[in-house]
Amino acid sequence: MTDITHASPGRPNSILAPDDRTRRRNAAEARFRLYGILAIGVAILALIFLLTSVVRNGAGAFTQTYISLEVALPADKLDKNGNRDPAEMAKVSTFGYKPLIKAAIQDAMAAQGIAIDGLKKPESLVSEDAAAQIRNYVLAHPEVIGGSRTFDMLASGRIDGFYKGRVTMQSAERDSNVSPEQLRLADALKEAGLVETRFNWNFILWPDASENRPEAAGLGVAIIGSLYMMFVVLALALPIGVAASIYLEEFAPRNWFTDLIEVNISNLAAVPSIVYGILGLALFINFGGLPQSAPIVGGLVLSLMTLPRIIIPARAAIQAVPPSIREAALGVGASKMQTVFHHVLPLAAPGILTGLIIGLAQALGETAPLLLIGMVAFVRDFPAAPPEGLFDPATALPVQIYNWTQRSDPAFVERASGAIIVLLVFLIVMNAVAIVLRRRFERRW
Amino acid sequence: MNEMRLTEREDVTMAESKISARGVQVYYGDNHAIKDVDVDIQDKTVTAFIGPSGCGKSTFLRCLNRMNDTIDICRVEGDIRLDNEDIYDKRVDPVQLRAKVGMVFQKPNPFPKSIYDNVAYGPRIHGLARSKAELDEIVEKSLRRGAIWDEVKDRLHAPGTGLSGGQQQRLCIARAVATEPEVLLMDEPCSALDPIATSQVEELISELKENFSVVIVTHSMQQAARVSQKTAFFHLGVLVEYGETAQIFTNPRDPRTESYITGRIG
Ligand SMILES: Nc1ncnc2c1ncn2[C@@H]1O[C@H](COP(=O)(O)OP(=O)(O)O)[C@@H](O)[C@H]1O
Ligand SMILES: [Mg+2]
Repeated sequence: MTDITHASPGRPNSILAPDDRTRRRNAAEARFRLYGILAIGVAILALIFLLTSVVRNGAGAFTQTYISLEVALPADKLDKNGNRDPAEMAKVSTFGYKPLIKAAIQDAMAAQGIAIDGLKKPESLVSEDAAAQIRNYVLAHPEVIGGSRTFDMLASGRIDGFYKGRVTMQSAERDSNVSPEQLRLADALKEAGLVETRFNWNFILWPDASENRPEAAGLGVAIIGSLYMMFVVLALALPIGVAASIYLEEFAPRNWFTDLIEVNISNLAAVPSIVYGILGLALFINFGGLPQSAPIVGGLVLSLMTLPRIIIPARAAIQAVPPSIREAALGVGASKMQTVFHHVLPLAAPGILTGLIIGLAQALGETAPLLLIGMVAFVRDFPAAPPEGLFDPATALPVQIYNWTQRSDPAFVERASGAIIVLLVFLIVMNAVAIVLRRRFERRW
Repeated sequence: MNEMRLTEREDVTMAESKISARGVQVYYGDNHAIKDVDVDIQDKTVTAFIGPSGCGKSTFLRCLNRMNDTIDICRVEGDIRLDNEDIYDKRVDPVQLRAKVGMVFQKPNPFPKSIYDNVAYGPRIHGLARSKAELDEIVEKSLRRGAIWDEVKDRLHAPGTGLSGGQQQRLCIARAVATEPEVLLMDEPCSALDPIATSQVEELISELKENFSVVIVTHSMQQAARVSQKTAFFHLGVLVEYGETAQIFTNPRDPRTESYITGRIG
């Protein structure tokens, strides 16, 4: 007789003790979970590394050292004929103002009783930008000539770097641009309350500055250029992309032609962005006659690049709307278009939006195609208000970053990292907007 | 004199049959799904289509409001007349037709909108209400006809998808009747419902026939016997037998019908 309490071989009769198979299965499961945790751990580490390094390098760009000095504005230097004629006063170049700054520093040293042996060129504590700053002020307010006035002047890049830890006494000895004596002078002036480090709005508001004035370089033009381009991309790629997706998903017949279009859209999404730059150069600048370096051209190129990246997720979102909703709408006598616009599109909107924002974010960070259409130029003038401003030269955030990393002064490395922070903040804001919008549309019940 | 009487008589029979189909063929690509079907559907009656799965009941039903137009590979031949007008005539706008021939689907499919908006959608797009008050009236009337008014009257602005399956299906029926159709097509409206919800919907169908001509596809012979006056039995795309429900179930003429209702095929 068979003993029915004994089950098949390998299977223990107690469920309290797991059998071999179960144990192996559980081990495999635990291993798989571990791999997952490891993968996420690596990703988080990489992210932390990226953020800390960018913040460590770039945080300095958001503060700036200022030197506040009373500058005498003698009439015999600034207005030789004493007639306050703006045309004649303008003949005194920034070069003519440099001695005034030097004198101001010497005055301050005398007033504070600061004496430093072997000090040469004390005026190079102050940025080259300061002379232009004073000149502009004097030309705008000729009445100050003959008196004196306290100016808040940018410290030069090296002095600024000294208070951010980039420049030290040791490095200054080997540096032709700054000497330890100058650093000591800066410290003495700081003691006297004339040197101050504060938040650097200029970094966000001012345009780029030349090679030897990193302390005056800002992102203003780049931010405006990027905003203009995003505006163009949004205005072009959103309606065209959504319309194309709706047509392809809901209206187009399924035949070899639409298949061909579908394949091409997928391929275009994978085309390297620099190819779009070449296309833009040929199409919009050489053929279309649009100006170089203009946000309109950048926006057009980025629109072309973004379109397939918007169409693909938009089509997926439209496809994901259950067919029963379409049948329901058609069943009560809605036309095809009413079905799409009243029912399908609202349900697909969150997905379309997500794709759109990701596309825009990619466009915002895109550099290569912009280099080809001349947006890498050095632009100091702010573009005008749109729409005319779309045709004025401008740069873009990623191009500005690329530009600054090319320059030799280490202060520009700091600026570049600061610009990366600004770019990341923009991306985070865009994603936050996407999430908020998605929540609002996603009343899916 | 005689001739006149003849035409008069023909008019009467015509008026009786709301929909008449002659020689209908449906192809999905190469698949011949409906083969030469003739049928007359009467007004203010419940007509049931029964038959084994895949025999073409849904396909034929969807011909009656041209829902098959939305399927690219589907081709319909033959002659289907609603009130003696060819619904496949080139001049017919399927959208207008579907307002006259409403449809309720197998799976309840309310719009992800409020209960009110679900019902009001049809009247809105067809411009049936001139004011908010009129629309409110239509919504209430339709929900009453859908036998769901009492359950939802206090939460008309709650989402329609938050209702139970049976309530959703009655909401869909209310939505379908809100456009004042003349014919109501139902494709297995109870197959996704529990027995209690099923009996509620069946009761509702019996009431609906006072105002509409109802065509219902069902896989349940009991249901067909309970709700319908006329029954059509489909098998492999062919209309095998069509007649009074009582006759089909008690005294089928075709051996295939008999095998089906006694449970030997299907
Ligand atoms: N959308 C479709 N595309 C292709 N073939 C279909 C489609 N719908 C139904 N068919 C075919 O038509 C035949 C009848 O289907 P259907 O009308 O759904 O049957 P029933 O509703 O009686 O179960 C089946 O052979 C089915 O495969
Ligand atoms: Mg079916």
